[in-house]
Amino acid sequence: MTLPLFSTTEDPGPNFAGLIRRLQVPVHPQVAAASGAPSTGPGPGEFRHGTTVVALRFAEGIVMAGDRRATEGHSIAHRAMEKVFPADRYSAVAIAGAAGPAVEMVRLFQTQLEHYEKVEGVVLSLEGKANQLGQMVREHLPMAMQGLAVVPLFAGYDLARETGRIFTYDVTGGHYEETEHNATGSGGRDARTTIKLGYRVGMERDDAVELAIEALYEAADEDSATGGPDLIRGIYPLVATVTAAGFEPVPEEEVAERFAALIERRRAEGRQP
Amino acid sequence: MTMPYYVAPEQVMKDRAEYAQKGIARGRSLIATTYDMGIAIVADNPSRSLHKISEIYDRIAFAGVGKYNEFDQLRVSGIRHADTKGYAYSREDVDARSLANLYAQYLGQVFTHEMKPLEVEILVAELGSGPHPAQLYHIAYEGTITDEDRYAVLGGETEAIAERLEGEWTAGWALGTALNAAVSALAGPDRALVGSDLEVAVLALGNGRRAFRRLVDSELESLLG
Repeated sequence: MTLPLFSTTEDPGPNFAGLIRRLQVPVHPQVAAASGAPSTGPGPGEFRHGTTVVALRFAEGIVMAGDRRATEGHSIAHRAMEKVFPADRYSAVAIAGAAGPAVEMVRLFQTQLEHYEKVEGVVLSLEGKANQLGQMVREHLPMAMQGLAVVPLFAGYDLARETGRIFTYDVTGGHYEETEHNATGSGGRDARTTIKLGYRVGMERDDAVELAIEALYEAADEDSATGGPDLIRGIYPLVATVTAAGFEPVPEEEVAERFAALIERRRAEGRQP
Repeated sequence: MTMPYYVAPEQVMKDRAEYAQKGIARGRSLIATTYDMGIAIVADNPSRSLHKISEIYDRIAFAGVGKYNEFDQLRVSGIRHADTKGYAYSREDVDARSLANLYAQYLGQVFTHEMKPLEVEILVAELGSGPHPAQLYHIAYEGTITDEDRYAVLGGETEAIAERLEGEWTAGWALGTALNAAVSALAGPDRALVGSDLEVAVLALGNGRRAFRRLVDSELESLLG
């Protein structure tokens, strides 16, 4: 490797994606958009798929959660996949869609945020981070048209506005700010309904974590591609909060206890667990 | 056609070295020292926004003295190198030694081939881990690289500063003691430096993945006591 130096007119600035393009570091294979109709893309059984992720706002920030299952067509490809990541200190990103490109996109996004911070000496605004992720999803559109869609969910704590904010995306890179909550992925619909029923503006942290867990539980109940709590192997969905204190994963023991309590409560109430 | 005057290569190199040294000596100095929890870097720099010290990667920091635009370009290219390497391979594969070598090669090349040598002196510091001690790579304007595991002084009048620090330096000293010694070594007998005249940062164990942290305002004041 050589020292990456550029003339002032060709300098990529604080843009990491622009930098690696210029250095010709391979990112992911760019499938030409015009090369064929969507039907020529790989079938759903040929690549891994990640599923339900949710985000909701509470009084001090946001909570984000994701199940752990990855599927390849009708079979389970991975039981302990991670879909919720810290994007930087004050934001989190969760992914649904084709697992390979999605995880790669997260890695690029994380590096991009840190790169910007180091080169410029200041942190990007939350809005700026959301736009950056939108550009990455947009650049991915040719692959999405081939069936390898990646749909992230982005949320963080806005230090300037002192509030948690949530952004959702579509495959074209369009991003929309959510007022209170959202879920995406194949079980997103069930998760959204559960959150909608239990959501209160200005909830406490514990209630928000509880609701996120319940939403994933319901999604896993209805959607074959979403994994529920795996009591046998001890694999539980990943839950994290982002507040003024930064990104904090919810300890696995707490998640396990909440699942156990949820099942117990439903039994006691005479409902189906 | 007129023939260019012959100038002996020794003279060319001497002139260039003098030019670079003069440029560097005009600026203020900087000290990096190891302490019990990592590495502290103290720069005589009253500016709050034009930094001399910067984060490069998880356990690597950069510091430069001399001409700001020149060392800042080196700083940014260091971040680019580290981030690209970490992205292409893995975070563990990014090390200070290879970066310091790249800097040394580049500075050496500019010194011999370009019209004007770079008027900078730079430092690449890496936090130690396990059996590996902390490393301070000091790279001079002509590409000479030296590695230290105690302290490094960059800038003008380095000899006087190093002499003052040498008497005080102790292995594994605490951050407060190290900072006070570094500040009085930088200031010399005739000056007094206070918190607002300084830029201070540490690479410290226990800061999590990114070990770099700036010490500012009340935290710095209380350490300087």
